[in-house]
Amino acid sequence: MNALVTPNNKGEISCTQASLMAMDEAMERDPTVLVFGEDVADQEGGGIVGATSGLSTKYGSSRVRSTPIAEQAIVGAAVGAAIAGMRPVAEVMMMNFMTVAMDQIVNHAAKIRFMSGGKTGVPLTIRTMSGVGGGFGGQHSDMYEAWLAHVPGLKVVVPSNPADQKALLTSCIFDDDPCIFIESTLLMGTRGPAPEADYSAPLGKAKIVREGGDVTLIGYGRPMVDAAMAAEALSKEGVSVELIDLRSIVPFDRDTVMNSVAKTGRAVILHEAVRSFGVGAEISARINEELFGQLKAPVRRIGGLDCPVPFSAALEREYMWSVERIVDTVRTTLD
Amino acid sequence: MNEVTGISGHNQPDSETLVEIFSKAMLIKLCDDRIRAVLRSGKIVSPHYSPRGQEVVSAAMATALRQGDYLVTIYRGLHDHLAKGVPLRQLWAEYAGRVTGSCKGKGGPMHITHPEAGVVVTTGIVGSGIPIANGLALASQVRGEDRVTVTNFGDGASNIGAFHEALNMASVWKLPVIFLCHNNRYAEHTRYEDCTAVDSVATRGIAYTMPGVSVDGNDPVEMYRAATAAVDRARRGEGPTLIEARTFRFEGHNYGDPGHYIPKDVYAAALADDPLPKFRAKLVSEGHADEARVAGIEAKILADIDDAVAFALASDWPEKAELRRDVFVQELAA
Repeated sequence: MNALVTPNNKGEISCTQASLMAMDEAMERDPTVLVFGEDVADQEGGGIVGATSGLSTKYGSSRVRSTPIAEQAIVGAAVGAAIAGMRPVAEVMMMNFMTVAMDQIVNHAAKIRFMSGGKTGVPLTIRTMSGVGGGFGGQHSDMYEAWLAHVPGLKVVVPSNPADQKALLTSCIFDDDPCIFIESTLLMGTRGPAPEADYSAPLGKAKIVREGGDVTLIGYGRPMVDAAMAAEALSKEGVSVELIDLRSIVPFDRDTVMNSVAKTGRAVILHEAVRSFGVGAEISARINEELFGQLKAPVRRIGGLDCPVPFSAALEREYMWSVERIVDTVRTTLD
Repeated sequence: MNEVTGISGHNQPDSETLVEIFSKAMLIKLCDDRIRAVLRSGKIVSPHYSPRGQEVVSAAMATALRQGDYLVTIYRGLHDHLAKGVPLRQLWAEYAGRVTGSCKGKGGPMHITHPEAGVVVTTGIVGSGIPIANGLALASQVRGEDRVTVTNFGDGASNIGAFHEALNMASVWKLPVIFLCHNNRYAEHTRYEDCTAVDSVATRGIAYTMPGVSVDGNDPVEMYRAATAAVDRARRGEGPTLIEARTFRFEGHNYGDPGHYIPKDVYAAALADDPLPKFRAKLVSEGHADEARVAGIEAKILADIDDAVAFALASDWPEKAELRRDVFVQELAA
């Protein structure tokens, strides 16, 4: 059957199309792949941004189902179906809604393989969406990847561009462990080169986006766009930034990060989630544990301020990262 | 049978079926008696949530199921585990935290798992198995199998949000699942009447256009009839059933709970109505099995328990490397 996504005449797809492409190919390839969540079927519009558009028509209403607005039931059903040998892709519309289903995610999806001594496993994927900067306020913007990465048993993946979004989601769907796949609300319409047919992105493999020798800038997700601009601006000042896109928080690509920081002696970590007790703090701690004597400056972190995500654009701009903040923070490591 | 709404069961168990239910129920009782004795001795240190008094509910349900049907249960799950066929040796070794246990000692009694017998999930969180059961049933429905999933929980769990979310979804999707509420009249220490807005959990099926039946769970005939009716309905693809099995919990919420919150007269009346001696007397008096056969069943169970306890206590502890195994399919780098 025809693929649901065709790149435009520039060979580009959007991040929304990237997720759709991954699910379309996975459902075509493997009859155990199921998709369900709020409004995901075509009768309900194929997802609020269209990421599941066409799936229910192509694969039928048994494998692609719109659900009640009931996150415990959605994630619970994904846990059960996965234990029974299916590969469910459950959609939790916004990441803040995952808090409603945390019992299923933390107590069940993450732990069942260990608690059963390996007799059962939970090969599910939960797709969700979030991000700061869209004026969505305190309950539709949070990034909780650090909460999830803190639970042994979960894999946590955050793409930053269409090609990786397609390849990483494919990796999650066919992974035998539970994967949380965090899409950026504000990147969903962003276009980029469509991946070649054989392009893959294994979980736990970071990407060196730009090579450099003076300082390592580590990030993931939407801030990578601004990180690239900051690296370009810094290069004009003669500062050579090595830019790393982690792509997955768990598994963490220790080798790529440590090899880079060992080379540059300086590290800045960037994420949109709140800075305190976040992923940046963990990476900073690991860098200090492994490379203390080789560091030329303290490891710095850029993240959200310690308050709920505000609504007002004036406040939200202050809350979040910017190209200027990245440039300024990198400079502090060079003084 | 006090039918609240929907279906009623007409499958009268024959003598051999009754003997099978009895054998499972007596296995549960004698195993539970021994667990509490061993815990008192200190040879095994473990949490324990005794199902004493509730044996017939699980025994009758399991007898209505096939080996391949899925069962989901909770921390008070010993009765369900044994009825559905978890081997005694692996069960006892898991209580003892040994590597020969059903989960290599890594889960403990609150997470017994034995897929070969269909025991796929045991959860320690009140109500959480209910939405998971939907997913197991969903897999069967998508594949076109006639496998049935039963999820067990207490009356307290019927007040949890996940119960209501799951019943609604199961009804909308006509999933082959049976929601079996063991109403033992106490949610931890709180009386059913003091924390539940309906007189009968079975009436909650009405809100989800699902048959809800309330039965004397301690009566093997009534319980078996309700179980087979629900199983048949699910296998035919007609959708879920909510069964409320009325029963009583003899040994408090957990091991060590003296149950002071239960009025003395209520407790005494429940003990006087212990389903096991009653069931035993019924088997013999109605001629389903003679005394010698029943005594033989009991002797065999006791010998099997002796063997399982010895096996568990002689087994090795899990090695330290187990801490890194089964977190993920493949161990991640540190």
